[in-house]
Amino acid sequence: MDSARHRNDPDSPRGRRYWRATRRLTAGLLLAWFVATFGVLFFARELSEITLFGWPFSFYMAAQGLTLFYLLLVAVYVVLMRIFDHAMEEDAHE
Amino acid sequence: MNDPFFRRLLRYYGLYTAGFIAFLAVVALLEHEGMPRELIGYLFVFVTILLYAGIGVLSRTSDVAEYYVAGRRIPAMFNGMATAADWMSAATFISLAGGLYMMGFDGLAYIVGWTGGYCLIAFLIGPYLNKFGQYTIPDFLAARYGGTDSGRLVRTLAVIATVLVSFTYVVAQIYGVGLIVSRFTGVDFSIGIFLGLASVLVCSFLGGMRAVTWTQVAQYIVIVIAYMTPVVWLSVKHTGGAIPQFSYSTALAKLSEREQELNRDPAELEVRALFRQRATEYQARADALPRSWEQGLQEAKNEVERLKRNGASLAELKAAARAVAQYPATPEEARIQWLEARDANLARAAPIAPHAKPFPGETEQASDIRRNNFLALVLCLMMGTAALPHILVRFYTSPNVQQARSSVLWTLLFVMLLYASVPALAVLVKIDIYGSLVGTRFSELPDWVAYWANIDKASPLVAITDLNRDGIVQLAEMVMEGDIVLLATPEIAGLPYVISGLIAAGGLAAALSTADGLLLTISNALSHDVYYKSVRPETSSQKRLTISKLLLLVVALIAAYVASLKPGDILSMVGAAFSLASSALFPALVLGVFWARANHAGAVAGMLSGFAVCVYYMVTTYPALGGSSASQWFHIDPISAGVFGVPTGFLAIVVVSLLTRAPDRGSMLMVQAIRQP
Repeated sequence: MDSARHRNDPDSPRGRRYWRATRRLTAGLLLAWFVATFGVLFFARELSEITLFGWPFSFYMAAQGLTLFYLLLVAVYVVLMRIFDHAMEEDAHE
Repeated sequence: MNDPFFRRLLRYYGLYTAGFIAFLAVVALLEHEGMPRELIGYLFVFVTILLYAGIGVLSRTSDVAEYYVAGRRIPAMFNGMATAADWMSAATFISLAGGLYMMGFDGLAYIVGWTGGYCLIAFLIGPYLNKFGQYTIPDFLAARYGGTDSGRLVRTLAVIATVLVSFTYVVAQIYGVGLIVSRFTGVDFSIGIFLGLASVLVCSFLGGMRAVTWTQVAQYIVIVIAYMTPVVWLSVKHTGGAIPQFSYSTALAKLSEREQELNRDPAELEVRALFRQRATEYQARADALPRSWEQGLQEAKNEVERLKRNGASLAELKAAARAVAQYPATPEEARIQWLEARDANLARAAPIAPHAKPFPGETEQASDIRRNNFLALVLCLMMGTAALPHILVRFYTSPNVQQARSSVLWTLLFVMLLYASVPALAVLVKIDIYGSLVGTRFSELPDWVAYWANIDKASPLVAITDLNRDGIVQLAEMVMEGDIVLLATPEIAGLPYVISGLIAAGGLAAALSTADGLLLTISNALSHDVYYKSVRPETSSQKRLTISKLLLLVVALIAAYVASLKPGDILSMVGAAFSLASSALFPALVLGVFWARANHAGAVAGMLSGFAVCVYYMVTTYPALGGSSASQWFHIDPISAGVFGVPTGFLAIVVVSLLTRAPDRGSMLMVQAIRQP
């Protein structure tokens, strides 16, 4: 396992590409996480006037909507990172 | 997914789940045949404890990698279940529903915070720890921030933070075990504690992380079955839908209607007026100090004399004598007591705040303060989640980084399964209480009220007194402890007692699984990081394990002893553990991965200053620690001290790192290595 780890030279162009892509993805998802969480909660009083499928919107979001959204974010991260990893592997075999 | 190890695990746990459900069915049958309540409680507590002990014995090991990180081969789905069980503590299982019942919308901060934290773990920390691939959190920080002393100082600081945070947490878990066992089987609280302790030890002592992982998976299954059964039942009863997450919107609408009705009800208004009147009386007495203090004392003494002369009953005499004994010793003490009593009465005189209304407050400013506290708490809980050592070490147990990322996803899914039903449970129970219990005649109170009112006489879980003497229960006449919401749910819903036994088993599983993980984290920090890495690096792996196990025993005994003292202060400090963990560890962990320039001096400064700011804020603002709410910054509650500690930590790491030399080549190589797949 260790030899596999060191096979990827981080200073190589593809190593840098990988880390840049990772960083961008992380920043994007963190932004989505932050805006969704604190946007909804900060305006919870105003948003509770809106109803969604019979729920006051802010109550629904705090009770389960945000949690579902977090699950989605982590799923996106898992899938995209796996794609990045595969791209890296393929590069290494070329 | 086609891996034979994974398939074998699926088969085992499938059989286990089926077996557990069969056990439930058998006990339900026995109850139908007339088995007494106590016996059902015993059966659930002992059978599940024996089960976990069995798994613990089967998973015994003397291999270092198996003991510390379960051999690094736990498949993502099972690691997710184990992490979810590790994560869901006694407090989550027993108190969260009650908290949401009491606080309405504002309690949802815990739901958001405790699930959103997994985003931070997934994006910032978990996968990188897995790539690093050692044993503990101090390991990671010491390797990353090596410096001239090969990381000894950073390691020591990390160990202190780990032990401090985990210890307050584990005491609360063991306390929870004692509470559950004593409430459901009737044995003494301290016997309950040592019973729970024995079962925790059997799980972790012989097999370390490996045994803990496999028992945690088993415990997760019990936790979910135990929580979902009553919620689904109540949901069908009140909304007609079997999936509470979808169907309780109608229940919420019904509840809002009922709240408005109760706020207009003349009998409710009458009771609230009584409380307002009492508050005014206390205010008047406090205003008339010190004369009113002397008068009151004299009156209390006269009352004893009068009762003695008239030959009153022993109980009356005792009550009067107690009133004299407990009378405030000085006028100053009297002022504090009476003003407290005034506030308590005023609180009970207040109308019902609508359950779904965010940040209720009398003025816009008060409401804004509540909103800010809500946001601060959410942020602290999230960052704290991402810095709790006993959760983070679980990501060392995944075989590779892809699996580590997937484990976070599975964990969040398994946590969500339960967390999304907690707000539903709070609403459904509230409907039942507001709709059926309120308005009942006192002569026809349901059995569970008397049962739970008598279980702990010193601090009754529920108390109802007919204040306006109309023979009917008003909402304002009830006082409830939050815990009752979950504990009495089966009875409120009219379910058989076997479901109460199931709840006991679930609460026990939640407390034990978290205690297991925490004890292991503490003893590993002490044995691996202190003894092996700092004191005696030449120790053989056999001896390391022996010392780990010995320390586990010692730490567990100390924790049980502290828990048996029923330390109220420690219990209320558990919420603070999140702020402490985040302030001390979060900045160093995140910058360790994402900012290569962060160095030894920066990490030391960041950990120390973040932790210091957090502790300082708590000490100066937390009443139990001698602080006062007058010294709060921006009206933020002490539980959210992390919102000040974490930025301080980040700032200190950045400033001090930039002022000192860049990290050495070893640290640089490590950073680069963990950033690659």
